[in-house]
Amino acid sequence: MTIPITYYLLLSAVVFLTGVIGVLIRRNIIAILLSVELMLNATNINFVAFSRHLEDLGGQVFVFFALTVAAAEVAVGLAIIIALHRSKESINLEDFKLLKW
Amino acid sequence: MAQLVFGYFAGVIAVTAMLVVALKNPVYSVLSLLIMFFHVAGLYVTLHAEFLAAVQLIVYAGAILVLYLFVVMLLNAKQDDRYHRQWRAAGFVCVPLLLELLVLFAGGKMESSPPFPADQAGPGVDNAKAIGMTLFSTYLFPFEVASLILLVAMVGAIVLAKRDTGGGGHDAHKDNRLSP
Repeated sequence: MTIPITYYLLLSAVVFLTGVIGVLIRRNIIAILLSVELMLNATNINFVAFSRHLEDLGGQVFVFFALTVAAAEVAVGLAIIIALHRSKESINLEDFKLLKW
Repeated sequence: MAQLVFGYFAGVIAVTAMLVVALKNPVYSVLSLLIMFFHVAGLYVTLHAEFLAAVQLIVYAGAILVLYLFVVMLLNAKQDDRYHRQWRAAGFVCVPLLLELLVLFAGGKMESSPPFPADQAGPGVDNAKAIGMTLFSTYLFPFEVASLILLVAMVGAIVLAKRDTGGGGHDAHKDNRLSP
């Protein structure tokens, strides 16, 4: 007995919504980046489930590329956080309002 | 049996995803994300994507999370991180999305959705080999572009995190500021 794809979609939707909530309500920049990782993983689960469902390896290749881009995003994002911390002595999001009007 | 395994993985993934958002200490959040990545890798194995499971463990759990932990401990992140006042915005975004999802899944044909095709891929078929063939034939150009993205990210990260070398006298001062 195999699992219908709906369950995978449901799991992925729950994880993605958790990531959206995390991005919106956390104030720690590192926690926000972690929530972005949650959302990326939710889409990866979707890709792999559909790749199995449609018997097409393209989905798994796309997950591979998503992993590459996630690694690049993490490297640049953490470098930005280090630079911000060096200039403001803080990683709290509400301390960065230079572009706010 | 398959449903039991899927239920275990899905339950742990959902609970640890919520813990990532809910826990106040960033170190605990990162460790909870680590558990989630391990279980996502297990889910990939049940979906016959063994290569991706290995890559998930090596790249995500091995490299990316170590980078996160490194930065969390380098910056000495405070624990008094309270939640944002933006939780109303979060509610406005997520409650309609959740309701929409429930309506979609309740209205959809949950039972009649076709299950996955039976395992005609025996143990002889190599997932990693198939992915390699696809990656180097159909997706060759995106593969090369991905290497360019990684190069740009590497140079960009070094440039962004590099200390300003304007004056020699400032370096010692900035060293003191960096250390917690």
